[in-house]
Amino acid sequence: MQTLNISLALFLLLTLMAGVWRALVGPTTADRVLVIQLFGTTAVAILLLLAEAFGHKALRDVALVFALLATVTAVAFVRRAWASEEIESDSK
Amino acid sequence: MTPSDYVSSALLILGAIFFLAGTVGLLRFPDVYTRLHALTKTDNVGLSLIVAGLSVQTDSWLVVGKLVLIWLLVMLAGASVAHLIAGGAMQRGMKVWKR
Repeated sequence: MQTLNISLALFLLLTLMAGVWRALVGPTTADRVLVIQLFGTTAVAILLLLAEAFGHKALRDVALVFALLATVTAVAFVRRAWASEEIESDSK
Repeated sequence: MTPSDYVSSALLILGAIFFLAGTVGLLRFPDVYTRLHALTKTDNVGLSLIVAGLSVQTDSWLVVGKLVLIWLLVMLAGASVAHLIAGGAMQRGMKVWKR
């Protein structure tokens, strides 16, 4: 089971890296915030898998912190930092 | 491999496939709303399947409780953030993609 957990964690890490492409190309700031959300959920899954594989209990707390941080970042962006003049459509 | 190992592996692999679908949706879909749809829904299903798979593996009920709590927090957060971003995008006049 340990092998499966570690290989799935690596696989999820690869999908995370692929998601970074969306942060690079944008085109709007909201898309980049979506990548934060992706990082939040996927990092939680990776950390839970690693916590089970290596028996580090503390990694579950780290997962909790990741979930909270991603949420707070996204909420802060929407409520405070989202410029209202950015209205161009990005449907290409 | 015991039967519970098989159940756990199946749940974990299914969860990873959902995560892959979420990332593909994030990369391929045409506008913020559809990307939001792909990302927040599939990733939450993937995480719940992975939490279910890990709960089958682990021995202690304490760990299962903690996993479920983390899962609930991520679900709540994902739903709220999806609503906030979609509402904000609507308010700022981002156009919905049409074929």
